[in-house]
Amino acid sequence: MRQVAIYGKGGIGKSTTTQNLNAGLGEMGKKIMIVGCDPKADSTRLILGGLAQETVLDTLREEGEDIDLEQVMREGFQSIRCVESGGPEPGVGCAGRGIITSINLLERLGAYTEDLDYVFYDVLGDVVCGGFAMPIREGKAQEIYIVCSGEMMALYAANNISKGIRKYANTGGVRLGGLICNSRNVDGEADLVSSVAKELGTQMIYFVPRDNMVQRAEIHKQTVIQYDPDSSQAGEYRNLAQKIDGNDMFVVPKPLTQDRLETLLMEHGLI
Amino acid sequence: MAEVKTEILAKYKAKVFKSRKDHILEVDKSKEQIIAANTRAIPGIMTNRGCCYAGCKGVVLGPLKDTLVLTHGPIGCGFYSWGTRRNKARADADGSNYVQYCFSTDMQEPDIVFGGDNKLKKAIEEGFKLFNPKRIMICSTCPVGLIGDDIHAVAAWAESEFGVTCVAFSCEGYKGVSQSAGHHIANNGLMKRIIGTDDREYPAKFKVNLLGEYNIGGDGWETERILKKIGYGVVAVFTGDGALADIARSHKADLNLVQCHRSINYVAEMMKSAFGTNWLKVNFIGLKSIAQTLRNISEFFGDNQIKERTEAVLEEEMAAISGDLAHYRERLQGHKAAIFVGGSRSHHYQDLLRDYGVTTVLAGYEFGHRDDYEGRRVIPDIKEDADSKNIENLVIDKDLRYRAFLSPERADELKNAIGLENYEGMIRDMEDGTFVVDDLNHYETEAFVKFLKPDIFFSGIKDKYVIQKGGILSRQLHSYDYSGPYSGFKGSIIFGQDLTMGLYAPAWKLVKAPWKQKPISPNQEGESKEPTNSERLGEKDHA
Repeated sequence: MRQVAIYGKGGIGKSTTTQNLNAGLGEMGKKIMIVGCDPKADSTRLILGGLAQETVLDTLREEGEDIDLEQVMREGFQSIRCVESGGPEPGVGCAGRGIITSINLLERLGAYTEDLDYVFYDVLGDVVCGGFAMPIREGKAQEIYIVCSGEMMALYAANNISKGIRKYANTGGVRLGGLICNSRNVDGEADLVSSVAKELGTQMIYFVPRDNMVQRAEIHKQTVIQYDPDSSQAGEYRNLAQKIDGNDMFVVPKPLTQDRLETLLMEHGLI
Repeated sequence: MAEVKTEILAKYKAKVFKSRKDHILEVDKSKEQIIAANTRAIPGIMTNRGCCYAGCKGVVLGPLKDTLVLTHGPIGCGFYSWGTRRNKARADADGSNYVQYCFSTDMQEPDIVFGGDNKLKKAIEEGFKLFNPKRIMICSTCPVGLIGDDIHAVAAWAESEFGVTCVAFSCEGYKGVSQSAGHHIANNGLMKRIIGTDDREYPAKFKVNLLGEYNIGGDGWETERILKKIGYGVVAVFTGDGALADIARSHKADLNLVQCHRSINYVAEMMKSAFGTNWLKVNFIGLKSIAQTLRNISEFFGDNQIKERTEAVLEEEMAAISGDLAHYRERLQGHKAAIFVGGSRSHHYQDLLRDYGVTTVLAGYEFGHRDDYEGRRVIPDIKEDADSKNIENLVIDKDLRYRAFLSPERADELKNAIGLENYEGMIRDMEDGTFVVDDLNHYETEAFVKFLKPDIFFSGIKDKYVIQKGGILSRQLHSYDYSGPYSGFKGSIIFGQDLTMGLYAPAWKLVKAPWKQKPISPNQEGESKEPTNSERLGEKDHA
């Protein structure tokens, strides 16, 4: 079982990329569970065809400790199992603690079955506190992919997340598998992301081009592969799935200094 | 005795040594001595301190009898601050007395994740329906601060929903370096929301408040008995057997009597700024101190009748106890004591011990500040650090109801004559060659016992039994070991009796530590020529 965590700046397309990539892996016959680690609980919408899910934490709150896995887990497209951790409304409580509680509970409920090839954690935004680092602590996810673009703040976030990974690399054994560039059509984007990846000691594992097909599929609450399996974008996600499945480059990242990061942006971003 | 400090510090590694050396001093009154205090305890050291919540809820707000004090947090914080300080209280005319209860929101994991605001509201609603209190105080614990529950908004909601007075205190345990921060936060809340909210006159000619008296073992009752006997009206007690209903009109008093300086001097200072209420450091523990205190108070009011009455009461009370006093003094004099309590008690009890001919060889505070040791004159020199800056320091403007009881000339005169608005600190009353230790820890306790060989060690539950297993009497000055009161005239005798019983108990002859009978490991046999700690302790024989 490979446990994979997807991090990246808020709004960069983590959930969209994760689900489309998982549709590709599912097509390859892989058994997958997606654990959404975002209080908004929208990480599995495209696989399930809508937000039809009781979250782990809501269930825990309402039912007490006595809950069954069936109450919080649903199967969607390609029989991908989906779980949403859930969490508080914005501005109250502790979403980070929620993730810790939720993952511990999933383990106790026996969600991590032997037949799974992949568990994906789709984690909110930047690493904001210990709770959001839960998926990369204590030997849970062993590999991480950071979704980014050529935009400055996305790369800042990628660099910050790398710091979190480095911190837990020794204790939890987590490694960075690469950057996934979810293109925003920024100048010199592929070069820039590749350069940053190289300096981090990793790779840009795939460049996902921008295509409105993604938006159309999302409106239909589907992944691209389900919505239009013959489209070129579906092919891109299949390629990404192949790349991830065949990846063997796992590193402890070397985060860049602020100055170095800005220098790279100057070199590649201002053409 | 300088080698005592050197030897005790010698065990420490460089970093710890550097910090601890400034917290220990041997009294030498020919010099200006500075002690480090109110700084962070060193991780790993077994300190006896409490937390900010303990200071706010446990010390200042807990003893209020007409108030539902609600702990917002996991159950442990509420449970372990329930009844531990033995603050006694009798219900007032309205019959309400919340002191025996413990109220907690009992936060669980989902409350941490989703926020505890709703559970807090629910708890207030339940408390209101069950008890119909007029006043509710909410005290924060650590997780509440971490997840950011808006307890102040909930307090405002409770006021409009139920028509109660509801004040929230952000006294999360991690704030500040000890419980001292919690005292300050509680003082601020009382000043902002309670004091001066009831302008009804108090029907008495000479009106005082008693500040920093928590009525442990009934201390406050004995003190009040004396004050009333002389003819003073006690408007409010902060906060032992105290009521917010009284504190609301405490600004009607002419003089604030400050017993525990550390926990309540903020209120005294703020009431001086806002209402012009003078304050006087008092001590109702120890017979000479009581006499001095009572004479100072009558001097403040400057009334001949009250002065005469003071002398008459002193004479009468002293006559009533003189036989007992002599009896216990005969048995206690010549003994040596060490005192380590929270704030001002380590000073107060030296006076009472002196009455019995007991000398204090070591004294220290858990959470005192430099002014508690060196006197208020050092306050301008105390450097604020990040920890103290983190606690709100209210800027108090003159209230419209400000009134000066004394003429400016008389106030100046009294500053010198009775030490009005001043506290000279503990060190000044200690003998040269005795030791003052701030934030004493377990290792230092054992080491000082070994070197100074006190006969009695006054402290708390955390070290009491360690000391007694070493063959030395230890009495708790936080809770009085289920005895008390120790204040006032009657209290002095109870104190003398308790000490005599303790010191002369035949149990000490039976104490034979296992390591005194055979060595702990064969290697230790004959290794040390110096008498061991337990051997030194064994030299004591009170029979």
